[in-house]
Amino acid sequence: MQAVVYDNTFAGLLTAIFEVYEHKLANVNIMPANQRQDSLFNETFTVDTDDAKAARVLKGLKERLSADGFKAFCNTFLSEETGMENKMLHYAQYAFSVANADKDYSHPAVLYIKNTAKKVHREKHRMEAFVRFQQTGDGLYYAIVDPDFNVLPLIERHFKKRYADQRWLIYDSRRKYGLYYNLDNTTIVTVDFNDAGGNTKDIATVLDDKEVLYQQLWQNYFASTNIKARKNMKLHIRHMPKRYWKYLTEKQLM
Amino acid sequence: MSWDRISEKLTILADAAKYDVSCASSGSKRKNDNKGLGNAEGMGICHAYTEDGRCVSLLKILLTNVCIYDCLYCVSRKSNDIKRAGFTVNEVVELTINFYRRNYIEGLFLSSGIFKNADYTMERLVLIAKKLRTEHNFNGYIHLKAIPGASKELLDEAGRWADRLSVNIEMPTESGLKLLAPDKNRDDMIHPIKYLKSAIIQNREEKALFKKAPLFAPAGQSTQMVIGASPENDMHILHTANYFYDKMKLKRVYYSGYVPISTDNRLPVIGTPVPMIRENRLYQADWLMRFYGFDVKEIISPDNPFLDLEIDPKLSWALRNLHLFPIDINKADLSVIKRIPGIGVTSALKIVAARKFNKLNWEHLKQIGIVISRAKYFITCNSPQAVLKEFMPHEIRQFILQHGNSKYKASFSTQLSLF
Repeated sequence: MQAVVYDNTFAGLLTAIFEVYEHKLANVNIMPANQRQDSLFNETFTVDTDDAKAARVLKGLKERLSADGFKAFCNTFLSEETGMENKMLHYAQYAFSVANADKDYSHPAVLYIKNTAKKVHREKHRMEAFVRFQQTGDGLYYAIVDPDFNVLPLIERHFKKRYADQRWLIYDSRRKYGLYYNLDNTTIVTVDFNDAGGNTKDIATVLDDKEVLYQQLWQNYFASTNIKARKNMKLHIRHMPKRYWKYLTEKQLM
Repeated sequence: MSWDRISEKLTILADAAKYDVSCASSGSKRKNDNKGLGNAEGMGICHAYTEDGRCVSLLKILLTNVCIYDCLYCVSRKSNDIKRAGFTVNEVVELTINFYRRNYIEGLFLSSGIFKNADYTMERLVLIAKKLRTEHNFNGYIHLKAIPGASKELLDEAGRWADRLSVNIEMPTESGLKLLAPDKNRDDMIHPIKYLKSAIIQNREEKALFKKAPLFAPAGQSTQMVIGASPENDMHILHTANYFYDKMKLKRVYYSGYVPISTDNRLPVIGTPVPMIRENRLYQADWLMRFYGFDVKEIISPDNPFLDLEIDPKLSWALRNLHLFPIDINKADLSVIKRIPGIGVTSALKIVAARKFNKLNWEHLKQIGIVISRAKYFITCNSPQAVLKEFMPHEIRQFILQHGNSKYKASFSTQLSLF
């Protein structure tokens, strides 16, 4: 078995797939550079990320797959799951060998891509739901999130369309980058909040005067709209898993 | 603005509105194309879930809980001794905008007790929606109650600003309504529903001809009935629902299990459990009618006018119609596959797509996500049969109940222990 090592980027993975075809590599194990385990493999092929090669693979996949099947391939990469690269390769190989490959739910790679893309999509949808903006004194709405998968690229469009008339920043505390919208464009920002949890006090001092009052009104609403006679904590937690509570205004005690 | 007073009003008016179960924020076509605030095209979003497990999508409040009516099942009834409050138009607008900007909600669900008269109440609801749209460029979702008895002009204006309108028919039948809401008249409710139906149809026809024609209630209309307060059976309820889907073109009919709030002896006593399982079965039956191609008469009949609480209505139908099974998964039409217990719409579509590549076997079906423990009694595929013997309906029922993990199992423990 041959190790194919790429640089953790999507373009790098696409180049890796290109090289598998180019050099007719068989029996490969594609792995990101930060997870390489050389000793297990006889040979290591190090991928030199090449945008032109990546674009060719992407174009080919786009032609061979349905729109959904193509999107599922791209979104699988955002799952950051260990081992996804080989499944993505098998999916690509299957797509290049038969027509409508992404409709074959009896194929293991197709199923993996579908299911992983579904998980990523679910996380995207959750972030669209669970982002809680706080307004600062200078009118910026900012939110901190900690999604299971790297979904910021997927939620950009949604928030840009929805909050077209307010400046906002959504910051991924795990991956240490954020999206900032300045009323015209969104840009990627890498400000370091220095352990967001540690200095909530600093953030509190820059909040708009009314921010805390609206948070309290929201908490009040959240409690008042609950029907006690129908209490069902199991369902509550299934829909709002506890790992998301830390950034949810309505789950904070004030 | 006094924040304490606002907070108190919010407590009272959210508490009073929460028995209205509709929370949908999907199905509208309102886009943010004026660089304003909000976007209501596409899917709805549940931003939170309360401890009862219900979705919070909209800021759901009453404008006021002052009401001239005395409907027994309603907390806001005239004779009930509770705190009364009312928001001003601006307070509702500010709350909606500020909640929306923080991504707490998809929009506003505004209902109201009837104060003075129908038009007076409706006018204020419409004014709030209009202000949001015109003064704040708000493109989020707005669901307004259409107050029975309100003028056509007001209904027209409501449709212009709102995404969805709803009139609650309250009780499944006229006799139920007479019993519990003697001053209300079913015709007064049907009337605006009919009016809105034709206004919506007319608007869609205009839209088809002129893309620029204004929106009119783009997410359609819905209604709700209270379940378990009056004596109607599930057959009454489902036939009523079917009537509204079929004849009134409603988008949704909601079923609200009655939460006991009154000591009147015409109603279940306080402390009676909310009929949550029954409510759930009604929603399942509703789904069968809307997405699975079932006719209401297939789901429920005069011989069994209540849905089976232990098993879902699709399984129940299949057990009554065992002669139609087993179905060959590799050959049957999509419409037939959708009717198999343990297979949902999504899995049915996947099966039909995947079988073009391979004859599907149990392993494939499991991977696709069908519930084999249920479906195995009703299908054949490209593997040896999982069930070799022909069972009687009551046997299959027992097997499924024993092996299944019904979320309601605890509720049946007393019954199961009898066997």
